[in-house]
Amino acid sequence: MKLLTHNMLTSHVRGVRPGGGFPLRIQATEVKVNNVDFNQEFVARMIPKVEWGALVEAAESLGHLSDLPHELPPEYENKEDFLRKVHHVLLEVEVMEGILKCPDSGREFPITKGIPNMLLSEEET
Amino acid sequence: MGVVVKSSPEWLLPARNLEHLLPSAVALSFRISSAEMDSTSQNNLKRNKSEKKLLRKQIKARNTLMRHEGIECVSYTTQNLVIANGGLGNGVNRHQLLRLVEECGLVEALLMPPNKPYSVVKYGSTEEAKKACDTLNGKEITLEDSDQNVTLYVNFVEKVHWEDIIPISLPPGLMMVEELVSPEEEQKMLESIDWTENEVIQNAQKSLKHRMVKHFGYEFRYDNNNVDKDKPLPGGLPEICSTLLEKCLKQGYIKHKPDQLTINQYEPGQGIPPHIDTHSAFEDEIISLSLGAEIVMDFKHPDGRTVAVMLPQRSLLVMTGESRYLWTHGITPRKFDIVHASERQKVGSVTPDVGDLTLNRRGTRTSFTFRKVRRSPCNCTYPSVCDSQQGRQREESPSFHDSETEASKLEQDYVHKVYEEIATHFSSTRHSPWPKIVEFLRTLPKGSIVADVGCGNGKYLGINKDLYMIGCDRSQNLVDICGEKKFQAFVCDALSVPVRNSSCDACISIAVIHHFSTAERRLVAVRELARLLRPGGKALIYVWAMEQEYNKQKSKYLKEKRASKGKEEEINTDVAWGLFCDQMHDNGSQDSACSDRVLNDSKDKGGNAKQVINSKLPVHTNRTSFHSQDVLVPWHLKGGTNKKGECVKALQLPAGSKELQEFSPVFHRYYHVFCEGELEAACKTLDCIRIQKSYYDQGNWCVVLEKQ
Repeated sequence: MKLLTHNMLTSHVRGVRPGGGFPLRIQATEVKVNNVDFNQEFVARMIPKVEWGALVEAAESLGHLSDLPHELPPEYENKEDFLRKVHHVLLEVEVMEGILKCPDSGREFPITKGIPNMLLSEEET
Repeated sequence: MGVVVKSSPEWLLPARNLEHLLPSAVALSFRISSAEMDSTSQNNLKRNKSEKKLLRKQIKARNTLMRHEGIECVSYTTQNLVIANGGLGNGVNRHQLLRLVEECGLVEALLMPPNKPYSVVKYGSTEEAKKACDTLNGKEITLEDSDQNVTLYVNFVEKVHWEDIIPISLPPGLMMVEELVSPEEEQKMLESIDWTENEVIQNAQKSLKHRMVKHFGYEFRYDNNNVDKDKPLPGGLPEICSTLLEKCLKQGYIKHKPDQLTINQYEPGQGIPPHIDTHSAFEDEIISLSLGAEIVMDFKHPDGRTVAVMLPQRSLLVMTGESRYLWTHGITPRKFDIVHASERQKVGSVTPDVGDLTLNRRGTRTSFTFRKVRRSPCNCTYPSVCDSQQGRQREESPSFHDSETEASKLEQDYVHKVYEEIATHFSSTRHSPWPKIVEFLRTLPKGSIVADVGCGNGKYLGINKDLYMIGCDRSQNLVDICGEKKFQAFVCDALSVPVRNSSCDACISIAVIHHFSTAERRLVAVRELARLLRPGGKALIYVWAMEQEYNKQKSKYLKEKRASKGKEEEINTDVAWGLFCDQMHDNGSQDSACSDRVLNDSKDKGGNAKQVINSKLPVHTNRTSFHSQDVLVPWHLKGGTNKKGECVKALQLPAGSKELQEFSPVFHRYYHVFCEGELEAACKTLDCIRIQKSYYDQGNWCVVLEKQ
């Protein structure tokens, strides 16, 4: 699971307030860093779609903050250095093993071989 | 400057034997450069026809490798080549290929993954690799083990990742005893079998489609996979076996003397589908003596782990405990087995070490399988696969109910469990993306975030590298396949997709919504897609159509009979990976259109949303028209039986859904096939979306929606 994917995931356990269940906390036991070709334009397009705070928090919790600022800098589109860092965090850092934890309900979802299992039982939906 | 969103797909090739040759791991990865495509198009003008054809084939091979395996070829010279059509999966043995590649230079490693129609070779230098590429690309070779010709297509790959692999251990409870009998005893036993004695019908010799079979002690009945315990066959077990059985008892391989013997004879190319010997029929210990030739037997745990076990000539296989009760075993019908090329291991598990695999021609193998008939119900610790413990209480067939719980139960038993069981085989039949879906994905703006809800084996996740695609599916096994291809994927239900609101630029839902069993649930699935979309975002939905003939055109599946088979220059993926195209949506022409059955949407009449059909669900006959919108569609799980899709109803299923026909490898999936207009009607009940387009595509109803 890349952190960009993580940034989109949320928990849907019954009873979670609207808009809640996000961001899922990561407790990783294995994190991998893969090289991915840098594409400045692509990264710049991704940033507005990302929940920035959640991304920073996730990266920090994995020890891969990579100097990302807590606030999105202005005119980041042309700041290659910055975009390279974002690229690294969004696309290169991957959680292979661990759990995702719903911030509201505490429900845990396992991540195995990089794949989160987000299935809920009938009672939970 | 190809835009690469995906992480470099490292495709891990396990290997162990070659550590001394390669420093660390071989990961095939790299990217296709679009620049190369441009330059080739300019050069094309100068090329003659056959060169152009070769180039086309080479590019096709690289595309196929990308699509099916996530292997990206590069346009510049490297030390590594991927050789399409030069694989164990299409009949090329290691010896032959090694000789070929060594002619072009110093080979550091030759990796041949099992069952794949390609290989990877690493040369000592880029010069040698370049030379090999020039020499071997387009080269036609005659297979040593048959007279077939194949043409090799060669591309460069960047680097090869390399991981140590752990040798695979045998399934628990399984033991191999080598040289249990001498060659002389073997000869005598083989000669003692009279395959022609038709007059002795008690010993009924059956010429099963896939092998010759003979029973002693008790006849094994293939109709119910059991024995008539009160009808022993006269004569008991053949005298010639007694020394052997005494030896087994004395050595402690077995504790009880068997009273039933089945002799099977397998010619090369024959096999036996994966099965577990019926628990209620036989006791724990099952032993099988291999005579005449060695063979590889495949064991599989319900969780998907597989172990290929080499059964040498004259050896005894002893199955007890978990290996007898829980693992399926079977012999894949083929003429060659994949075995170790080196001498290091001639018995037991075949470790999928890609640096040390080759093909081994099968001979005629005769097995003597001894079992003891069980006199009381089985009380093993594996109730999920035990007929004694689950047997009779099951329902005959599912029926339709309107309650939410029952709808969800139906889907669980007739959709979720089935896909989990058939995942591997299913995935092997899903390798051709449908063109209109590809077009939809290719025309999305660069940098779009796209969710594939119900992504199956992920065949659409790698279509367009300018997108960020995430896939999800209800089946863990299918999602695992996506994971192996290095796609972003997770497990979830399409009624509750764990993705935040308005976060996607586009969604696709291909062949998913027809698996929900009430109109209400189908609507929830559409609403869920709409929720994921940002305003202006688009969703593409495909569902299977009741009408398989439309505007006087039969759907593709009716017309297309394994079209790709037999095209010799194909990369053979269809041959090696997907013999089963006819299982896609097997169905026949539709004689009665049923547009009058368009479902009322849920707003009209509340009660109608939960469609109630009291009758039992009909089982659809493959390749016939639909007579009902709610049907069970058979899936013939093949360990590779014959081509028509008939199954030998001989054997028990692997673990599984008790509701499935218990002793036949046919699985039933529930479908609600949509009538013309039905999908649009459902979509129109949602205010937040607008139907941008709707159409019929090869037996499917399709819509493109736009979020308002």
